[in-house]
Parts: sequence; C-alpha cells; structure tokens
Amino acid sequence: MTTFRLNGQEVTVRAAPDTPLMWVIRDELGLTGTKFGCGIGLCGACTLHVAGRSTRSCITPVGDVAGGEVTTIEGLDPEGQHPLQLAWIAHQVPQCGYCQSGQIMKAATLLKDYPAPTDADITAVMAGNLCRCMTYLRIRAAIKTAAAAMAERAENG
Amino acid sequence: MLKRILLSTAATAAALALGFLIFAWRSAIAEVSPVAVAEFSPEEIEAGELVARAGYCATCHTVAGHAAYAGGYPMDTGFGIVHSTNITPDPDTGIGSWSLEAFRRSMHEGVARDGSHLFPAFPYDHFTLTSDADIDVLYAYLMTLDPQPEPEFANTVPFPLNIRLLQAGWKLLFFDEGRYQPDPAQSDIWNRGAYLAEGLTHCAACHTPRNILGARIASQAYDGALVEDWVAPALTRANMAPADWTEDALYTYLRDGANATHGVALGTMGPVIHEGLMALPDTDIHALAIYFADIAGTSGVTANSAAVAAALDVSAIGLVEQQNADARLYNAACSSCHSNTSGVLLTARPELALNSTLWMDDPTNFLRVVLHGVSLQAGDPGLIMPGFAGRLSDDDIVRLSNYLRETRTDRPPWADLAARIEELHGDRATGQ
Repeated sequence: MTTFRLNGQEVTVRAAPDTPLMWVIRDELGLTGTKFGCGIGLCGACTLHVAGRSTRSCITPVGDVAGGEVTTIEGLDPEGQHPLQLAWIAHQVPQCGYCQSGQIMKAATLLKDYPAPTDADITAVMAGNLCRCMTYLRIRAAIKTAAAAMAERAENG
Repeated sequence: MLKRILLSTAATAAALALGFLIFAWRSAIAEVSPVAVAEFSPEEIEAGELVARAGYCATCHTVAGHAAYAGGYPMDTGFGIVHSTNITPDPDTGIGSWSLEAFRRSMHEGVARDGSHLFPAFPYDHFTLTSDADIDVLYAYLMTLDPQPEPEFANTVPFPLNIRLLQAGWKLLFFDEGRYQPDPAQSDIWNRGAYLAEGLTHCAACHTPRNILGARIASQAYDGALVEDWVAPALTRANMAPADWTEDALYTYLRDGANATHGVALGTMGPVIHEGLMALPDTDIHALAIYFADIAGTSGVTANSAAVAAALDVSAIGLVEQQNADARLYNAACSSCHSNTSGVLLTARPELALNSTLWMDDPTNFLRVVLHGVSLQAGDPGLIMPGFAGRLSDDDIVRLSNYLRETRTDRPPWADLAARIEELHGDRATGQ
C-alpha cells in the first residue's frame, strides 16, 4: 500500500512499491492522460509532476512517491486552461497528440526554471521529449507564447 | 633445564592471562525495575530526543518493518554480521532493566549492563566523548519510549572473535576512554562542532578508513572509505569535488541534504541528515560546518565562482550533437533535468559537472544513482530521480558514464565499469 496525493486528492494504492507510477495512475486510478511510450525513460511521453517537477513515470516506482504530490495533465489546471494548454490550442501543436501531455508537463517545468526561456534553454530541457510527428517547431513557438502570457499575467497581478 | 624453561614460560603465560582477565573483567551492574516515565521531565525527554537525532541512533537500531529503536539492523563488519540491539525499555529484550549507571558505562566504555564487552560496531569509541549531561537526557528519552519486545538476532561473528572478553584486547589497542576536551585555541562554536562530529554524530565512523582489525587509522582521519558499498568521501583536501566545501556549502548540505555545488545526501549519508541532523537547531549545523570547513582547509573561502563558471561552460555540451550517439543518449535520458543553461546554476537542476560522484576515483556512488535513482524522501527532499536499472542496458550505462566523465570532468576514465555495474545491480539502499 502506498499513499500519495494525486491532483490534490489523497489516494492509497495496492500496487507493489516497485510498480511504475504510470501503470498505477493509468490502470488502478483510471487517469489515462499520461501515456506509455518507450517504457525505459527515454522518450518523455509519460512525463508528469512529482512535488511540482517533471519526472518520467514509466520508470518511477510508486513506492518512491509515498507521501508526495503527483500532478498529471488532468490536474495541471482545474479547467484545462493553463497558459501552456491555451498556447498549444492557439498554435494547433498536436498532430497525432500521443506525446503531447508529456510535452506540456515538461514545458511547465521548463517555464518554472526559465520563465523567459531562450532557444538553448528549450532545447536543453525539451530534448528528452520525442515527437514522431515532428511538431517540434510548433512546440517551441507555443512555449514562447505561454511564457509571454505568463509574464503578462504576473505583471498584471 | 628444559623443564624449568617450560615451567617459567607456563607461569608467565598464566600470569599474563590472569592479568588480562583482571584487565578485561567488568562486573554486572544490578538490574533495576523499569524506570517510571514520571521520573523524567518533558524538557529532559525533549533534549534527549535531540541527542538521539544528533547520533541518528534510530538508523542503526531499527530494521525495516519493525519498531524504531527495537534493533535487529544487520551490519557486515568484515568479521561477520553483527545485529544492532533493542534499545527500547523492554525489560527482557531491551534496556528496560538498565540503570543510568549501566547506560553511561555502555556509552562511555562499551560495556553492556551484564559486564560483557560490546563490539565496536557500536561506536562507543566516539560516544565516550559525550558529556554525562547529554547521556543522561538520552537515557530519559530512550527509557520513555514504548517498550518493544523483540527477540535478539543471532550474530555470525566466528569463534574465537565472538568471545566478548577478547574485545578488551581490542580496546587495549585502539580505545581511549574520556570526555571531549575543548581546544582552548578554537572558538566555542568550533568546539561545539568538534564535540558533535567526533562524539555523538560519529562522522569518522564512516569517513575514516579502518585497519584490518576494524579500528580507525588515526593518521588517515577523514580520508574517506567504502561503507555498505557507498563511498563515504574524503572530508579533507583529498575530496574530489571541483567546488570547495566552503562553510556555506557544508551548512546547506547538512541542513537541507543537498547543495547546488556538490550534490545530495544519499545512501548511508541520507538518514544521517533526513532522520538525524534535520532535528538539530541551526547553530549546531553551523558548528558542524565550521568544524568541517577547517578540516577541509576552506575556512575563510566564501565563493565557488570559478568552479561554477567552469561547470556552466560544459553543462550544454552534447545538446545538439545529433551525430554523437553518446550525446544523444545523454539528451534522451539526462539533460532535460540536469542541464543548466542561460548561465544560471539552479539547485532544482542538479549540475553533473559539479556533482561529487562524477569526480570521485571510485564510480560506485555515481553508478548506484544511475541504476537505482533517488526517492522523493532521500537526497534533496522534493526532487525525485528514477533509476535506469533494467531500462538502459549495462553497455549504455557504461557509455553514458564514460561520456559524462570525459565531457564534464578532467579526471581519467573509470576502469572496469561493466563489472562494477553488475555488482551493484541488486543493491538498492533504503536511504535511496
């Protein structure tokens, strides 16, 4: 039994502590926004947040997040209106969409670390999130749009 | 003539044996009936808990799945497995029948209530420095825990080393009994740091190498050692980290379990901070930082700007190298969390070019983290790292290790990585 908070609600799961967090969230808790990509922590599709920072849930044992706060794409913003989500829609970023929840969760950490990211910052942080539809240019543009929107929001209090 | 030589040899041997017996013999101290909780004030108990945390007693006196302080933790001493004892006040299996006098003697002299010598796996050679006042409140704290009946675990120290009386011989060779004597040439806070470090907190128990009889080698104090398959790094100038262990860096590391210019507390060091030192007041952590800055020879050094600048220069190496398979592996597995671009070093993005583990001669700590990761509770609390054991192949981990060592440090390549990885595969620590 492992207890943690998922998108603000406490959950207790029966899965063995070494079960990958991704399967616990998808199969036991029923949130399927977090995707299975490579299963070896090299593609980023399963990215979610633990304690507010991105991690790859396909290789993170559920026992390691005991007592912690886990956020998935479903909980990034209660209304699905996070500046990144709005920018993603504005730029019509996704093609097939499979990797996009991981891209957005990773981008949220990027903007936490670099509120006004340079191209080098974006490359460094996002290089581990693959997109087989090659939406990289639109991802880059949407990140910059979101960064600008968040800066404006911060300025206007 | 021969008979006379034999007789006198036998007589000398007998006299020596008798002398050793007199030297080694310790009498039992009478049992007491369980001490009433009401005998101790809440202030004493609270102060005693801080003493217990400074010595992180629970770390060795607890085994996973059992009550805290109830013992049973196995320690591989190199001479056999010694299990820690139950130090809850259970009268039969714990220390419930120990008087204060018996408890003090165990801490100061390494002798159990019944007069038997304790193995030096219990670091009484450090605790002997601890003041009576601290031991008295520690007694108050332990005696007011819930008694936990726990059967003793059988140790595997072979005959004749398991003869407790012979431990007196070890003490004769390696043990100096006596309380901490402040160094008048040093400040009060330095002395406080030394009192904790050398005594209760027993830092040298892991950070100083030991001789073949398991005693610390005084001439190599704090030169570093391998403990439970983790490197306890050198705390002297021999430390490999590219940034200085300044007083400030030491303070941050010992207070938070993480420091941006060096790395995180993990493995055997994890619980020292997360279950121990975190309870101590800031002044005690400052005292430890001041003492160890002195040992590291960094007193007065305040900045690490050169080392940080050098690290930031190499942090982005490989980010756009599509033709280099090692760089691509680094990009896919590591850089999204570990790179520091824009000329800023962020604690939340652990910088590999500054990380002690990448610079050490021994790759053990680096490999253990790559293989088994860092849980949310360990290392920097609030930062999690998944392990890559069973995901990346051993060959890939060798490539990644060599690539980072080559591009982020000026140290020679590690040897025999593949063999070491194989040894470390099944080796995930509780503090990890």
